[in-house]
Formats: sequence, structure tokens, C-alpha cells
Amino acid sequence: MTAHNPASPPFRNPVIRWVDYRLPVFTFMRDHLGDYQTPKNLSYMWNFGSLAGIALVVMILTGIFLAMHYQPNVNGAFASVERIMRDVNYGWLIRYLHMNGASMFFLVVYLHTFRGLYYGSYKAPREVLWMLGVLILFTMMPTAFLGYVLVWGQQSFWAATVITSMVTAVPFVGEPIVEWLWGGFAVDNPTLNRFFALHYLMPFVIVGIIAIHLWALHMHRSNNPTGVEPKGPEDTIAFHPYFTVKDLLGVAAFLIVYLGFVFFAPNFFTEPDNYIPADPLVTPHQIVPEWYLLPFYTVLRAIPHKLTGVIAMVAAIAILFLMPWLDRSPVKSARFRPLYRMFFWIFLLDCLILGYLGAQTAEEPYVTAGQIATFYYFAHFLIIVPAVSRFEKTKPVPESISVDVAAREGRRPRRGVGTKKKEEVA
Amino acid sequence: MMRPFLSFTLAALLASSAALAAESEALPPPDLEWSFEGPLGLYDRDAMRRGLKIYREVCASCHSIGLLRYRDLRALGYTESEVKEIAGQYEVPAGPDPAGNTVDASGNLLTRPATPADAFVAPFANANAAKAANNGKVPPDLSLIAKSRISGPDYLVALLTGYGEPPAGTELAPGASYNLYFPGHQIAMPPPLSPGQVQYEDGPEATVAQMSTDVSHFLMWAAEPKLEERKNLGLKVMGYLAVLFVLMIAVKRRVWRDVH
Ligand code: HEC
Ligand code: HEM
Repeated sequence: MTAHNPASPPFRNPVIRWVDYRLPVFTFMRDHLGDYQTPKNLSYMWNFGSLAGIALVVMILTGIFLAMHYQPNVNGAFASVERIMRDVNYGWLIRYLHMNGASMFFLVVYLHTFRGLYYGSYKAPREVLWMLGVLILFTMMPTAFLGYVLVWGQQSFWAATVITSMVTAVPFVGEPIVEWLWGGFAVDNPTLNRFFALHYLMPFVIVGIIAIHLWALHMHRSNNPTGVEPKGPEDTIAFHPYFTVKDLLGVAAFLIVYLGFVFFAPNFFTEPDNYIPADPLVTPHQIVPEWYLLPFYTVLRAIPHKLTGVIAMVAAIAILFLMPWLDRSPVKSARFRPLYRMFFWIFLLDCLILGYLGAQTAEEPYVTAGQIATFYYFAHFLIIVPAVSRFEKTKPVPESISVDVAAREGRRPRRGVGTKKKEEVA
Repeated sequence: MMRPFLSFTLAALLASSAALAAESEALPPPDLEWSFEGPLGLYDRDAMRRGLKIYREVCASCHSIGLLRYRDLRALGYTESEVKEIAGQYEVPAGPDPAGNTVDASGNLLTRPATPADAFVAPFANANAAKAANNGKVPPDLSLIAKSRISGPDYLVALLTGYGEPPAGTELAPGASYNLYFPGHQIAMPPPLSPGQVQYEDGPEATVAQMSTDVSHFLMWAAEPKLEERKNLGLKVMGYLAVLFVLMIAVKRRVWRDVH
């Protein structure tokens, strides 16, 4: 972690000084939330990290209150959720916050991830930071899936059946494993019980990974829209008050969107038939996962061979781990990479198409379209990105952040403004 | 033993068979106007009371609405004593008497009049009884029906008014009726409403369209009883957030003024 800044003055409050000498929490906060030097040119695309953190906290808090009233039992689960909606004080609010919070959490994490892909935030020296982010994404998906099952509506039950049945694709041991997962011969009470236990546990695993993610972040600090590392004090400003204020502005905007859904369109993201209690004897007309899993669902369905389909689906996320090594370009930011930038937008479009196709029935032309989109998805990583990074002619990269900022404002760079401000604050 | 079953489920589920989709092609329901739509929309108490009347006098003979309790009817504007009176018209199992008996001398369940705290009484003792009385199909519980169908209230009105003669050459299953809006068109529910079927004390004429709209309004409330509380709180919260947002923009500008 960053070394204590020897230049910062001692704390004036004697109690704080006493505690800090024994347990340097205040020094830690000053070094990581106060004086922490941050590139001064971060755009609003850098707000999604703090928003993801807030979304996670909201999920954990609302989840704990739901768990106080929820019954993980096949005969009582659905009714207990409805009791939360009808009889628990503000239960409807807690449940709608949790339900829509999952969508918002994925929304901000996806934006956060695409931000990283655009500005090359996965490149040295941030490979581990990036991989921890992909790991968070990997952990969020089963967490949300498990939560969706807890409602024990029709979609819950059948999604659980479809997804767990995928494990049978594993040769030889698939079937014993799936029976072990279920705790029986079908999705039933033991399944619901363990899903509840795991759904309660996994968010705290995510908290742990996020702590390490932040540790790695504070090692080499944020990337920035130029992709050029800060060269001196004129390139950075203190986290507080600049980014505390900017992040809080982001939170206000985020809450308007999030609570707009919660209060005025709380069922916008859900399938109506999850308001029908689970019935193992009635297959719903269509089994669709939540919107944030749709692109991966398309990848799964695009491949007619079951085991390969499952592997492809996992690989679709896992391939992000390799991004730092697939992209060999020395230039980070897509601002100076015209070709990569174009393919970035095509890739984003491809992901949206994959998502759209995930919600369609398995008939033509959707099946073929899904296969093409899936092929393109992998081709982007395995062919386009490595090729582009080799042959692309990049534009000249600015000498430093402050030179770039000044050029964009149409003036000559100033020296040391950030440092001056920092001293004023401290 | 399990493997063929699993492979079959997976294949069938993933494919979501196109045949099924084609067969059940139903008309999209016409888009109707409802007082509860939009960020400010609230329920119409009169429509809900008329809808309750239809539920109690027509639908309740086949459909349960088990997530409602009689005391919830206070939201429709009924007084405490009116609610008590409504509840008192239904009988519920009484549980053991002081001697510990749950049945009377002839073996029938002991019952007592329902109280406002009781859930709405169901017409059938269990699913099999419901099935036996209804052409082999269980009439679904109506508590959440308005939320569990796409464009719920519009669909309900379309369904209730959508009965008609089957096109020439269509074979109806025994006991089934032809309905334009029901997936697959063959529904085990006979047309439940006919003109003038209930006596409206005041207000509009009891046409099938009017009764369908009223009962759908009532069912929407039953599915989403906190809608008004939600929107009221939502407006306050959004007002607060709007002010906070503007203030935060100003604060951010001020703090960032001298960063270049
Ligand atoms: C004679 C018994 C009977 C009466 C009375 C009756 N229903 Fe039904 N209803 C049924 C049966 C049986 C089904 C199941 C139909 C099927 O699955 O084919 C059903 C199904 C429904 C459905 C579900 C349709 C779907 O999309 O699955 C709705 C909604 C419905 N009824 C509403 C009502 C309303 C509102 C009333 C009162 C105006 C009413 N019913 C009166 C027997 C009845
Ligand atoms: C990473 C954080 C989390 C995510 C992404 C998440 C996601 C979800 C989702 C998608 C649902 C289904 C919502 C619905 O359709 O109603 C759900 C339900 C549920 N979750 Fe979570 N959750 C998280 C954290 C937690 C935590 C920490 C707890 C408990 C302490 C919890 C407890 C519950 C309970 C009890 C339900 C079932 C009740 C309901 O559906 O409202 N969740 N979760």
C-alpha cells in the first residue's frame, strides 16, 4: 500500500493522535480517502466503481432485513415473500429495493467493466486489479441467480432446474454431482435451503474480493482517460474533497434512476410469471433469466452440444481474464486507438445483440443470429484484439495528463495547481 | 435412470419449443386507460368496491384469493364494522373446542364465522376438488393474477370479454370455451359474466365490459395493495433527490473551480 506521507502534519486532536499512534486508522483514512492522489482528469465514467460499492451495501442491508422474514421452505417461501410485500412494515420497499438493486448493481458493474475495456485499464501494471474485477463479476452472477430462486415462483423454480441440470453435461460424474447439488433427485426443499445459505454467504465473499480489488487499485491508482500515468503533482489532485464530492454527485444521479424504478416501475425488470408460485408439474411457456444474464444464456444456447455450450458460457466471462495478454498495444486509451475504438463499439453492440437474442424463443432466425453473435464475441477477443494491437497505427499520446487537459482547454499547462490545493485542504 | 430425464428436460426447456409458441398465439389485449397508471395514478375506490362485489358474487364460486384478509378491505373505504360484517358472512374451521374436538357429532369440521383477521375463504377444500368441479383445470388463485400476466389488467378485461364462437372447423375440448385472448384459445372457464349479472347499487350499468373493468381494477389492487403508499412516498423521495442533485452539482462546480 502507499507509504505514509511524511509531509502531512500530525493530527491536532489529541484523542485522534493517541488512537492513531496505536492503531493508525486515521492515517490510513487520510492516505486512502483524504490525501490519496488521483488523476485530475477522470471523467464521469469513473463514478461507477463507487456506485457498485454502494449498490452492494444496499443489497446486503436490504437482504439482511428480507432474511429476517423470509422462509427457505418450498411450502412457505413464496408466501413469505408476499407477506413481506403486504404485512411487514415497509416490506414492499425493502423487497423492491433488493429486487431492483440487483439490476442496478449489474448495470453499474457492466458500465464499470466496459469503461475498463475502453480505456485499457486492464494493462500493466493493473492486470491483477482487472482480474479481481472479473472475479467479482464471476461471483455476482451465481449470487443473483441464487437470490432469484429464493422467490420460488415459476421462473425461479425452472431457472434453477435448467441451470443446475447443466452440470449433468460433465462426463461421468455430472449426474452424481447434480444430485449432490440438489440434495435429492430434483430441485426441492434441500435445494432451496442450501441456495438460501449460499445466497446469504456469497455477498460477503464479494466484499472480501472488493477489499483486495481496492488494495490493488491503491497500489498503482486509477487509470485515466488519456491512459498516461501521472508524471508529477501537477497531474493529480487529492481524493478529498474533489472526488468525494464528485462521487456523491454520482450517487445522487444513481439514486434518481434506481429509486425511480423502485417507486414507479418496480416490476419493470421481472418476468410476470415469477408471481405464480413454483409448480414442478407446469413448465412455463418460456424460461428466461434476468436481463443481466441474457448474453451468456445466448452463448449457452448457441452451441448445440451441451457440454461445449456450458464451457463456452463460462469461457465468455473467463476470457476477460486474458485481456491484458490478448491486447499487446502499448497505448492504453482508446482515445488514441482509432481502430480499437471502432471494434470496441462493435463489440458493445454485439453484447447488446446477444442480450436481445437471449430473450427470444429458440427458433429461426434467432438461433443462427445467436451463433453468429457468439462467434463474433469470441473472435473479438481471440482474433480482433490481438490483430488490432499488432497492426494498428495509434495517434500520438499526450506527454502528460496536465498537458492534455491544457490542450483540451486551449491553453498552456499550469504547474502545481493540484498540489497547492492539496496543501490548502490538509 | 435420471440421465434420459435430465437430458430431456434440458433439451425441452432450452428449446422452449417453437411449436408451443405458435400454437398458443393469442391476440395482444387492447391497451386500456386505468386510473392507477402513471407516476401519479391512484386506485378508484368506487371501481374497486364494484369489483369486490363481482369477485364475491361471481368469481369466488371458483377462484380463491388467499393472500387477501378481510381487514385489507379497509383500503376500499369500508369501516371496521362493515368489514366485520362482510367477514361474518363466511365460515372458517374453528379449531379444537374446549373439549379438544375439531369435528362435531356427525364428523363435520367445527366452524365459526370469519373475522377481519382471517384470509378470504377459498371455494374448494383443495386442488383436486377444484379440478374435479372445473373440467379438470384448477381455477388459479386470483391474488396476484394482475401481476402474473403480461399487461395484467388489460389482459384480464380482454379475457373476460373475449369469449366468442370458435372459427369453423375448430374442435373444442369437452367443457372448454373459445376465447380470443387465452393462450391456445381453449379455456376451461365458461364465460363467467353476462349482462346485468350483478346488481350495482349505484353508478354505471352492469354491462359485461363494465363488470370486467371493475373486477380487473379490484384484482390489480389485490395484487399490488401498496401502490398508493409507494407512489406517495416515491414523489417525496424524488423531490428530495432532485433538490439534492441540483445542490450537488453546485457544490461540485464550486469545489472543482480551480482545478485545471
Ligand atoms: C365456473 C367456475 C369459474 C368462475 C365462476 C370463474 N372462473 Fe376464472 N377460471 C376458471 C377455470 C376452471 C380456469 C382455468 C382455465 C384454464 O386453465 O383453461 C379459470 C381461469 C381464470 C383466469 C386465468 C386465465 C389465464 O391466463 O391463465 C382468470 C384471470 C380468471 N379465471 C378470472 C376470473 C374472473 C375475474 C372471474 C369472475 C368474473 C372468474 N374467473 C370466474 C373457472 C371459473
Ligand atoms: C451481491 C449482493 C446480492 C445480490 C446481487 C442479490 C440478488 C438477489 C435477487 C436477484 C433476488 C430475487 C429478487 C426478486 O426477484 O424478488 C434476491 C432475493 C433475496 N435475497 Fe438477495 N442479493 C444480494 C445480497 C443478499 C444478502 C446479503 C442477503 C441476506 C442477508 C439476501 C437475501 C435475499 C432474500 C431473503 C431474498 C428472497 C426474498 C425476495 O426475493 O425478495 N440477498 N437477491
